[in-house]
Amino acid sequence: MLETDIADTHPPAESVEAEVSDTEGRLEAWRVMAIIVAVGIAVALTWLVNGYHLFQLSMTIAYACVILGLTVLTGINGQISLGHGAFYAVGAYMTAVLMANYNWPYWATIPPAAAASAIVGFLVGFPALRLTGLYLALVTLALAVAAPQILKTNALSDITGGVQGLTTDKPEAPFGLGLNPDQWIYLFTLATGCVIFLLGWNLTRGRIGRAMMAIRDQPLAAESMGINLAAVKTRTFAVSAMFTGVAGSLTTIIVQFVAPDSFNSLLSIYFFVGLVVGGVNSIVGALFGGAFIEFVPNIANQISKAAPGAIYGLILIAFMYLLPTGIAGGLHQLILRLFRARRRAAAR
Amino acid sequence: MTGLAHQIISGLASGSIYAAVALALVMIYQATHHVNFAQGEMATLSTYICLTLINAGVPYWGAFVLTVVVSFVMGAVIERVLIRPMTNAPILSAVGVFIGLLLVINSMNGWVFDYIIKPFPSPFGGGQAMLHGFISAHELGETAVTLLVLLLVYLFFRHTTLGLAMRAAAFNATSSRLCGVRVNQMLMLGWGLAAAIGAIAGIMVAPIVFLDPNMMLGILTYAFAGALLGGIDNALGAVVGGFLVGVLENLFGAYVVGTELKLTVALIIIVVVLLLKPAGLFGRAVQTRV
Repeated sequence: MLETDIADTHPPAESVEAEVSDTEGRLEAWRVMAIIVAVGIAVALTWLVNGYHLFQLSMTIAYACVILGLTVLTGINGQISLGHGAFYAVGAYMTAVLMANYNWPYWATIPPAAAASAIVGFLVGFPALRLTGLYLALVTLALAVAAPQILKTNALSDITGGVQGLTTDKPEAPFGLGLNPDQWIYLFTLATGCVIFLLGWNLTRGRIGRAMMAIRDQPLAAESMGINLAAVKTRTFAVSAMFTGVAGSLTTIIVQFVAPDSFNSLLSIYFFVGLVVGGVNSIVGALFGGAFIEFVPNIANQISKAAPGAIYGLILIAFMYLLPTGIAGGLHQLILRLFRARRRAAAR
Repeated sequence: MTGLAHQIISGLASGSIYAAVALALVMIYQATHHVNFAQGEMATLSTYICLTLINAGVPYWGAFVLTVVVSFVMGAVIERVLIRPMTNAPILSAVGVFIGLLLVINSMNGWVFDYIIKPFPSPFGGGQAMLHGFISAHELGETAVTLLVLLLVYLFFRHTTLGLAMRAAAFNATSSRLCGVRVNQMLMLGWGLAAAIGAIAGIMVAPIVFLDPNMMLGILTYAFAGALLGGIDNALGAVVGGFLVGVLENLFGAYVVGTELKLTVALIIIVVVLLLKPAGLFGRAVQTRV
């Protein structure tokens, strides 16, 4: 399923290869422009959209960061996780506890949230070394099922607020910017999200990214090429959990409330659905996945309380059969095809 | 001391349910090397079907048998329509389909049958305690039914030609085909059987935990733990593992971590087994040729 992309971009004939590298080069230029335009539009939306819609956009960015974490772990490194809700909870609770109990400013809680979830991710990564494929999916699912119970325990309720959860203050825009809190939260989330995506982008396109992919495709060959399997896999888990933890932290800042039941096992499963729908091995796909998680339940909820789950499930199965590379993979193929058609037309 | 005995016996009672679900999981794992994440939701759906039949006036055991038959067909159809095209797909796709199935069935249960927690009738009488208050009538009856089912499954696999053919198809599909075993039909049959066993487990556990759409998610986690503890490629191991998990869960819940962290016990069992003895107590260590 992951090979389709590669097969498409590298047909065997040599003349075609030159054409393809040219296409890739032009695609790269287009890509940079598209990113600049997209960020520009995203910033402009601060003043174009208001209230609840701005809140939704902020949540989309937070979810996209979670999906990016999953992309790095599952798409790039090949470790399936159905338990990212747990790391999301670690980040969200870290921020909530520091803000509510220790009066930290909201922006200062992001580094500790990132660190805490990275450490938890690293620890989960160790038993994960012994597991592949289904087993890992299974253990992480158990983690997702157990997470709300752990958050609810009486032993921790002095810190976590138990079943009631914690409420935090709404961040105010810095003096003199003339923004309302919603606008400021959106811009803050957008900036943090951009940093996370830049990190993910650089990480996966370099030497470490290639090592991750090598482990996904041919673990044995990767090991014999001198890649330290255990180190790369556990660290990938830590990075993935860190992205997810930062997203959790952002969510607390956006929603100003955390409670154990927000982090149930369904949330983790929804993250997985978002990953598949966006495109498992595409960074841009994470954005589509984030938007999917935020907007589809809102639309589906108008049909019935049960509809989001059913629609998620049906869409997930449909994507597995029809578009296993997700929206991003589909778009990529479409764009490549358009470029080639244009080039052929020009050559004639 | 009586407290301890009580905990162990009631652990065995819930363990029998985990054993049944674990057996269903192991059957599908053996046949297809997939773990059916939707097993629990399928069982919940079967339980709802049974409740609907009972409410419609069908006598309890009639509804029971009817539900088991319907579940068998449902399992076989799911295998044929959704799972077979995924035979040679990457693991991620298989997990995706299973998770999709879990979501769809879970939501449909909530949609059609409502999210209200419902009581479920027991054929063994109410909650009066027996054997000096150690065990309720239902727990006793439920354990007996589960043990009977496990025994029947064992006899089926060991002493019938069909059972042998199913084991052969799971063990080596190519050789079985050459011997004239219809492997695809055997897989369908395996899924049907697993769904039927799951249905029995659901019907038996519903009077204890009450029926709601998310009833089986916790039970599925315990069953996973049981299957792994016993060895996921070993049916007998899964059954023993299921009972062990039931007892461990109750003992840890009562004396160590408190009842609210019981699910975490399952998680810890899973992690410990996978770290220390990935093949489980009864499983064979698999050697892969590289």
